[in-house]
Amino acid sequence: MTMVRRVQTWLFILLLVASAAMGVVLWQLREHAHQRLLAGQDTAPTQAPEISPEERATLLVANDNDSSLLPQELTLPLPQDMGSRARVILGKLLDLYALPGATHPVPGGATSIGQVFLLPAVNLNGPLPTVAPAARNPGSSAHGAFSAASTADARNAKPVAPEEEPQLAVVNLTSAFAASHPSGIETETLTVLSICGTLHTNLPRVTQVRFLVDGQPRATLAGHADLTRTYLATDGAHP
Amino acid sequence: MLGRLAIRSVHIQVLTVFLLSPAFLAAQQAIPASPPAPKPATPAPRFVVVLDAAHGGDDPGGKFGSLAEKDLTLALSVRLRSLLAARGIAVVTTRESDATVPPERRAEIANHAGAQACLSLHATQTGSGVHMFVSSLPPQDPARMAAWKTAQSAWVTRSIALEGVLNSALLQAGMNVTLGRTALPSLDSMICPAVAVEFAPASAQKDEKPSTPLDDSAYQARLAEALAAGLLAWQAEERQP
Repeated sequence: MTMVRRVQTWLFILLLVASAAMGVVLWQLREHAHQRLLAGQDTAPTQAPEISPEERATLLVANDNDSSLLPQELTLPLPQDMGSRARVILGKLLDLYALPGATHPVPGGATSIGQVFLLPAVNLNGPLPTVAPAARNPGSSAHGAFSAASTADARNAKPVAPEEEPQLAVVNLTSAFAASHPSGIETETLTVLSICGTLHTNLPRVTQVRFLVDGQPRATLAGHADLTRTYLATDGAHP
Repeated sequence: MLGRLAIRSVHIQVLTVFLLSPAFLAAQQAIPASPPAPKPATPAPRFVVVLDAAHGGDDPGGKFGSLAEKDLTLALSVRLRSLLAARGIAVVTTRESDATVPPERRAEIANHAGAQACLSLHATQTGSGVHMFVSSLPPQDPARMAAWKTAQSAWVTRSIALEGVLNSALLQAGMNVTLGRTALPSLDSMICPAVAVEFAPASAQKDEKPSTPLDDSAYQARLAEALAAGLLAWQAEERQP
């Protein structure tokens, strides 16, 4: 009888100790979980995401019926970074072309613009940054033309501030956009010219535009319009 | 017999002396010269037209349902070639069948032909009527050496003139025409007055929905006739001094 009581007493003590130990472990686990939660809250954003202010932009919208580019103004949030701004504006332009009943129907929309990179303009007629965009000879080109007159102009031109230097925009399109683009000289040329014109209208420093498709040079957009050349903002004007 | 021979010999000697005498030569110079034989007329420079049926072979160009651009351009090229040949105009074509011809080869063919007019023929489903394009390269003075990709720049002014003549002919035929500038690889390398002619479904009015399909043979015939008339007018303009 006495023997049974001693065993029960020791078992009771053992269970009590085990319960206390488990309580301690649970308390420590809870503390660790609380610490992890607090640490996670520290890395969470503490400021609301910045919303870009709405600004006016002008899109040069193509029309297949009369082969024209018509300006269309609209207001949309535009980021401050110039490359991102160019991408948003061109995305809006391609969104218009993807709408049913568009005057220049092209499927794809804004996702067809991969990136837009802005670089110093290519100079083939002397030190280009010294020539203000407005003073440039409209006949000069990025296609290997060399004019003595324009070179002399370049020598005599006043230096321009870095923030006024002409820029080359490299537009990276998706291959899905090129593959789904309607084939034809007129429709492809209008797409290229509306992109060039829209970029120059909203970012006047952009005087030259080149195109890539999925980051690679491509011969033509959809079998016709040459994508290997550098386009000028003045291209497309019929004399 | 011998006597007669002797008399003839004397006559011949007298005649020889007379013909060589200064009096006879002077008299000959005094005689008004007979009208000179007409010089062989300088042949007019050969008028050559290059017809470039775009795409072909592995490159179908645009696909419009069951139609392929390469077939439409070849059909128009064959039709136009016949009309021009019937009018005595020499025609060089870049392809006569469904063959793959790279853009560089097309320009090579045109440049070797020494043509007075080069037409690059295209078809599209977008827009309506006929779209004509000249290279968007800036005009430049001809140079002895020209860069391959910009060779057309020395001919842009003549190309615009050709476009104007063709435009008049197409308008006279009652067609809707739009004019523009473009960057087309084969066109930019041609050293001749060069115009890209792209035909779309026809409509009665510019803003109307196109009603005549691309493969309508009457439409193609009307277009070929108008282009042939335009090229004849261009030939006449080229031959004016």
